[in-house]
Amino acid sequence: MAIIELNNLWKEYGDQVVLERLNARVEEGEFITVVGASGCGKTTLLKMLLGTERPSRGQLLLDGTPIPDEPDETRGIVFQRYSVLPHLTALQNASLCGELDANRWLGRAFGATRKAIRARAVEMLEAVGLGAALDKYPHELSGGMQQRLALAQALIKKPRILLLDEPFGALDPGIRRDMHQLVLDLWREQGLTVFMITHDLAEGFYLGTRLWVLDKVRRDAQSPESYGARLTYDLPVGDSKKGTLQAIARNVHDTSRLLQGATP
Amino acid sequence: MKKLINRQAGPVGRWALGLLPFVILVVLYLVASDARLAANPNDKLLPDLASFVDAIQRMAFEPSKRTGEYLLWQDTLASLTRLALGVAISAAIGLVVGIATGALPLVRAGIAPLVTGLSLVPPLAVLPILFIVFGLGELAKVVLIVIGITPFLIRDLQQRAEEIPAEQVIKMQTLGANTWQIILRLVWPQVMPRLISAVRLSLGSAWLFLIAAEAIAATDGLGYRIFLVRRYLAMDVILPYVAWITFLAFAIDFALARYSRWRYPWFHQAR
Ligand SMILES: Nc1ncnc2c1ncn2[C@@H]1O[C@H](COP(=O)(O)OP(=O)(O)OP(=O)(O)O)[C@@H](O)[C@H]1O
Ligand SMILES: [Mg+2]
Repeated sequence: MAIIELNNLWKEYGDQVVLERLNARVEEGEFITVVGASGCGKTTLLKMLLGTERPSRGQLLLDGTPIPDEPDETRGIVFQRYSVLPHLTALQNASLCGELDANRWLGRAFGATRKAIRARAVEMLEAVGLGAALDKYPHELSGGMQQRLALAQALIKKPRILLLDEPFGALDPGIRRDMHQLVLDLWREQGLTVFMITHDLAEGFYLGTRLWVLDKVRRDAQSPESYGARLTYDLPVGDSKKGTLQAIARNVHDTSRLLQGATP
Repeated sequence: MKKLINRQAGPVGRWALGLLPFVILVVLYLVASDARLAANPNDKLLPDLASFVDAIQRMAFEPSKRTGEYLLWQDTLASLTRLALGVAISAAIGLVVGIATGALPLVRAGIAPLVTGLSLVPPLAVLPILFIVFGLGELAKVVLIVIGITPFLIRDLQQRAEEIPAEQVIKMQTLGANTWQIILRLVWPQVMPRLISAVRLSLGSAWLFLIAAEAIAATDGLGYRIFLVRRYLAMDVILPYVAWITFLAFAIDFALARYSRWRYPWFHQAR
């Protein structure tokens, strides 16, 4: 059975149609890269998967039942920023989910449990290359280190679905490539289902197992808000024809210009 | 030479520049006092240094003839006890109610309008009521401080709790936290340094209410003493008391600021 199913999914804010007629099935363990023009509704889709926004029409199913409309531990997330807790050190951030599990009332662990949780957190932090920064607060870490910490924090919970909203958008291309590699490695190890939004089309094109392009099919220059974005491409990564990338790039670029012109 | 806007004082220069206005004030006072005393040796308005030393000696280092107590220290202890009690109770109420209203929309909907309404009641206007209800004892004075600063603390902390980025609240939920755990592990620790700065801001009002209450009904305390000796125009006592109160206020504020920097480095360094 599919883990995630989109059945004729719409999202509207008032008169503004953001997403329309999304249909797709996602199997457990897929790595889906989502690209699209700025403002076309990628984050909105992720928020619906997260449970902080609800579909206006249609269905969004998790294991065949409507997805819970509040965040929970089935779905982990890394935002572009504000993803780690600023008042906890790296090690405390990574230990947090274990401690929350250990004691319902105090949200803290003691004794042997605490030791075990710490050991696992250290192991995870070492895996993302933060072994030397265990006792640093997030503000003492660089942007890339903070995002690696956020990744470790989310993965240590072993969520079934991991949502990534341009987590590396603010980083240098070189570091970004390393981070993508890291995500791919961790995804292969843990076998989770990943949705990752990225800004860079060319990068997204070669990442993961499946590429989704969100784009407006109908573009109305007078009122760009009356038509939403659809899933214009749903491709397996790796065996796409030549020229597809260029075609996608051209369409996304047109939509970008339309959206920027409409909302300066 | 650099433009004025880019010129900084060195470490020594900063101290010197900071002290300069105080020195000028003291000198001005001494000159004025001299002039008045030359015209009328019995003038009480601007006493000279010797009378201050004398008054301080009398109040702080000699037992009172009537009660045998060292008045300045007795007054200080009485006032600080009331202030500490009042501020501690207010901070505790502010923390609990502020977090509840800030973190839980349902509680906010129920309580926030009441808090806003209460914060508009002028505290000094209810002072007579407090004296009627609680009598003239310690309780009325402490309650006045509590009534005076708690609404501000609640509203400030509510706002701070609401300001915690939604991303972090969502993050906690994806890590499996329930509401109580979110409050305990996210909201409470993040609001603590903000509580300290809110308390620092409200200390000025707390002193105001304390001195007002002591002036009206007390048998000791810094405010009581000032208003008592006012009858004899005893400027030689009043001015040192005012300076002492100012120093206490400064010391408390300084200690809170230092404590906050030491205890919550992530809060102060991140900005
Ligand atoms: N809460 C909201 N209320 C009204 N409109 C909203 C809301 N959230 C998003 N929108 C609108 O929905 C559209 C899509 O927003 P979204 O954040 O999903 O875009 P995006 O594809 O993630 O863009 P970017 O690449 O810049 O992050 C935008 O036009 C935005 O103005
Ligand atoms: Mg976005």
